[in-house]
Amino acid sequence: MNDHLELLRTPLYHRHLERKARMVEFGGWEMPVQYSGVIQEHLAVRERAGMFDVSHMGEFMISGSQALEFLQFSTVNDVSKLKPGRAHYNMLPNSSGGLVDDIYVYCLGLNRYLMVVNASNIEKDFNHLWGLKNDFDVNLENQSEHWALIAVQGPATQTLLELHCTEVLSARKKNSVFDTTLFGYSVCMARTGYTGEDGFEIFCAPIDAPDLWDKLLGLKIEPSGLGARDTLRLEAGYPLYGHEWSDNTNPLETNLKWAVKEYKEFVGRDAMVNAEKTRALVGIQVLGRGIPREGYPVKLAGRVVGHCTSGTMSPSLKLGIALAYVEIDLEMGTRVDLEIRGMDVSAQIVEAVFVSRNAPGQ
Amino acid sequence: MNIPTNLQYLKSHEYLRLEGDIATVGITDFAQDQLGDVVFVELPAVGKVLKQGDNAAVVESVKTASDIYSPVSGEVIEVNSSLIEEPENINADPYGKGFLFKVRISSQPTGLLDAAAYQEVAESEA
Repeated sequence: MNDHLELLRTPLYHRHLERKARMVEFGGWEMPVQYSGVIQEHLAVRERAGMFDVSHMGEFMISGSQALEFLQFSTVNDVSKLKPGRAHYNMLPNSSGGLVDDIYVYCLGLNRYLMVVNASNIEKDFNHLWGLKNDFDVNLENQSEHWALIAVQGPATQTLLELHCTEVLSARKKNSVFDTTLFGYSVCMARTGYTGEDGFEIFCAPIDAPDLWDKLLGLKIEPSGLGARDTLRLEAGYPLYGHEWSDNTNPLETNLKWAVKEYKEFVGRDAMVNAEKTRALVGIQVLGRGIPREGYPVKLAGRVVGHCTSGTMSPSLKLGIALAYVEIDLEMGTRVDLEIRGMDVSAQIVEAVFVSRNAPGQ
Repeated sequence: MNIPTNLQYLKSHEYLRLEGDIATVGITDFAQDQLGDVVFVELPAVGKVLKQGDNAAVVESVKTASDIYSPVSGEVIEVNSSLIEEPENINADPYGKGFLFKVRISSQPTGLLDAAAYQEVAESEA
């Protein structure tokens, strides 16, 4: 365990050890990859409710008289559409039309926004935003250490939490964000997540996180690790930074291009819009036996036409699924071969959504 | 962690049960626990001649694919084809219903670990 000495730990670290979670390094953090097993945790989220410690993710507070103008310039989605109490999926573009990170933006009030970023990109994102803010009257604060974050996801989440929350949760639609009290603790809750299921993300004080976690365990909400989080987002067709996303990714080549509002001015817009689009992010469904993995070639009549960026055995569908970048002119339904350890296995190009009840809202 | 004393082991977490000239090969209890839910198995063809150390099979969990090396030289005489439909048997019973294949050995294996030596390997990786 020597190589874990330098890793960061969330306020729930000891809770994970007590439940004998398998801990792994992720983005500089020591995080639970599974507790009871990836399949059980995955199905708990699809069928009832599971919860994830996502306290490692970064939170930036952005405020000041030009907070909105700053976010309009530094992100691709239209933040002017966000009223207080609303949130949306968004991205930080770089000046060459690629991607610094994909993010979520929560409007907490007039000119007051919370931005949630990937754990492994906290420093990079903060430095990037800091470098853009000179021209704006804006305060940018890295509050990542001030927040613990628990994501409760699954179709039963609202029913389970409603009894213990002072808010009428049924009145809070997807992508809403609000301050409330849960089990007596002051929290900020948002009806967001990255699993393809309904659910709430609970921002709380780090000191309150272990007791809140215990209260949620008392509701028989399944503690779930990064393993299930990855299979859930993959079934939902959501890209993950480091796999589908990188500094060189053009978001307009992906299934989340709806988040890019070309009508507004933002960092790198012209480079992004004018770049030649040669590939598209699609789903791959295996028809034969085999499990796709990152890097496996996708072939059409013996010619390599793309590569998988993430792959797994889908716990919901019980078959191999993947996300892959392929040549842009390939149509949905095209039969292809997936090269698995030197052998060609029959597969099909499909929309990059394998299971979806709750796609990210626009 | 279950490490039967009557078996021999590789550092890469395969076990070998030798009965006369027939060797049964599988992955250890520690290995199945580390892998998590096993969802896919690729087995060698019956009749294939393996050398000790050859890449003989693949065991895949939800997250990852792992190569399985043969702890012994010889000809594959049986594979556990029930694993095609029930790969989870590797998690439930790695030394029994979850074995991978059987080999008629062509020479005595060398350099294998006994249970105590393998336990040290497993503990260092736990």
